[in-house]
Amino acid sequence: MTAALPRVGTSGAESPRVSRPRSAAPRVGATPSKVTSRVILIIAGVLFLAPLVSMAAFTFHVGTPAAGQAQALGFQNYLNVFNPANELTYDPLFQGIQNSLIIALFTVVIILVLLLPAMILIELQFPKLRRVMEFICLIPITIPTVVLVVGFVPVYRTVGQIFGATPYTLAFAIGIICLPYAFRPIAANLAGVDVVILSEAARSLGASWANVLWRVILPNLRRGILSAILLTIAVVLGEYTIASFLSQTTFQTGLLQVNQTDPYAGIIFALFAMIFVFVLLLIIGRIGTVRGGRPSPRRKSRTS
Amino acid sequence: MTAAATTAPATTTRGVGKPSRRRGAVWLGLTPFAIYVLLFLAIPAVLAVGSGFFSSTGSFTFANFSAFADPSLQTDYLGTLGLSAVTAVLGAVIGALICLALLATSPTGFLRTAIDSASSVLAQFGGIMLAFAFITLVGTEGVITQFLQNNLGLTNNILNSFNGQGTALYQVAGLAMPYLYFQIPLMVLTFMPAMEGLKATWGEANATLGGTRFTYWTRVGFPILAPAFFGSLILLFANSFSSFATAAALISQGGLISLDIRNSLTSETEIGQQNVAGILALEMVVTMIIVMWVYSLLERRASRWRR
Repeated sequence: MTAALPRVGTSGAESPRVSRPRSAAPRVGATPSKVTSRVILIIAGVLFLAPLVSMAAFTFHVGTPAAGQAQALGFQNYLNVFNPANELTYDPLFQGIQNSLIIALFTVVIILVLLLPAMILIELQFPKLRRVMEFICLIPITIPTVVLVVGFVPVYRTVGQIFGATPYTLAFAIGIICLPYAFRPIAANLAGVDVVILSEAARSLGASWANVLWRVILPNLRRGILSAILLTIAVVLGEYTIASFLSQTTFQTGLLQVNQTDPYAGIIFALFAMIFVFVLLLIIGRIGTVRGGRPSPRRKSRTS
Repeated sequence: MTAAATTAPATTTRGVGKPSRRRGAVWLGLTPFAIYVLLFLAIPAVLAVGSGFFSSTGSFTFANFSAFADPSLQTDYLGTLGLSAVTAVLGAVIGALICLALLATSPTGFLRTAIDSASSVLAQFGGIMLAFAFITLVGTEGVITQFLQNNLGLTNNILNSFNGQGTALYQVAGLAMPYLYFQIPLMVLTFMPAMEGLKATWGEANATLGGTRFTYWTRVGFPILAPAFFGSLILLFANSFSSFATAAALISQGGLISLDIRNSLTSETEIGQQNVAGILALEMVVTMIIVMWVYSLLERRASRWRR
């Protein structure tokens, strides 16, 4: 019985009793064969790329072909987007992008100034509140945004009286939608770093609380914080529901509006936005994998 | 308990002086976040659900509940449930298959990271842009629609005259196509950790006890993965049920509860419609609470095997 165990572990080569055609030890777990895996992934890949490829192809269309004619292709639509003569048509889109970027900035500030300190404080002083915090931060997933928006409409009537009807105040509402996405990476980071011990160590060496926060806790949390910031930016750029109900122009509402007059421009921007966010998330993914390779003690000695 | 004990030294290292007052000051540190959540989460949630109980003049009433008797709203509610159920089941099954295939790839390799990122983009960021992509693929002038029409000679095909109501993509049933494009990636994101939690030793134990791969799946794999699978399926259902942007970009009238909320909120002609939005919001929240309650039950079972 016990002799059989190492045989499975050492992949392949010397397993005389199993008469498999070649290579690979017998698969005993859930992992499928390389071939099965490839086939599934390739089919899924093709199906998932289809709409994106058709979207990309569409951006190169020039005019509508006559019946039976082939579609003319060219870079015309790309040139049009940057042609100053069309500025008026694309105005909602550029305005929306600008608004969304500023809203993203404000939302990141909300996450850093309101959520992050509360999470650190709870970790240091009120560990019993951790569950409460998690519950609060996950509520926005449970309550559909369309439902929250029904309540945002009256709230924003008051907000509008205080701050005026600028699109930037949307950051408050969108910040709520971002809570689950910002909470998770920071919480995961906090779980991996013992901030209590670290701050005690720093305190006993004579650091002030400001020093502890700035030079010990924050540097140790920077991966979680960076992920939270990037995810927040992605959520803000993708947010449509709140902006549309509160009749503000953001990137998404601008896209929809411009798409009605010039579908090419809308689709060009949609395509590049998706690529942009994909790269953003790829960066987060790389941050995640790098973490495993680097031992934490070295970081600590460098920061304190 | 142990966590509480470890914080005790943190306050005592502060020196001998007045821990109680410091404690109060620390509580104060939580208030900005508390106020923010109160103003922009608690109040809107209460207002949303509460507005259904008031008439347009502001007096308390149950009259808005008559909206439930509206046959078109009933159809839309059932339509929303149906679309959510179909896309959740299909999404869960296909997504689980992709997770299985991903087991054979390196967890830290580029492929896995890229699929993770792509899944996040589609699952959380898609919305309007996913709708655009599908318009170019299966819309009235879409690549596949045109191919069926021009190259296969199907002037009236399933994509451009679905159910006798024109282009499939602009109908609730046709929404299943773009919906699957955020449901499957969401399944990959939520189900992958459970899949990775299957320990190699269980497969080895099954093999040493003389089990085949078939018995591995029937006796080990499926039973262990079942709670996580159904938990993810419910999450997918909830996701589809509460999504709005993709549908809003494709359908300009009603057909889904979320679209009905939009229509009653923006309705200028009928007075009191805005409070109907409150009733619909209540309907959605109650459905979501039931769904999430079932989810938490399953999640508790699923987490048993994750350690």
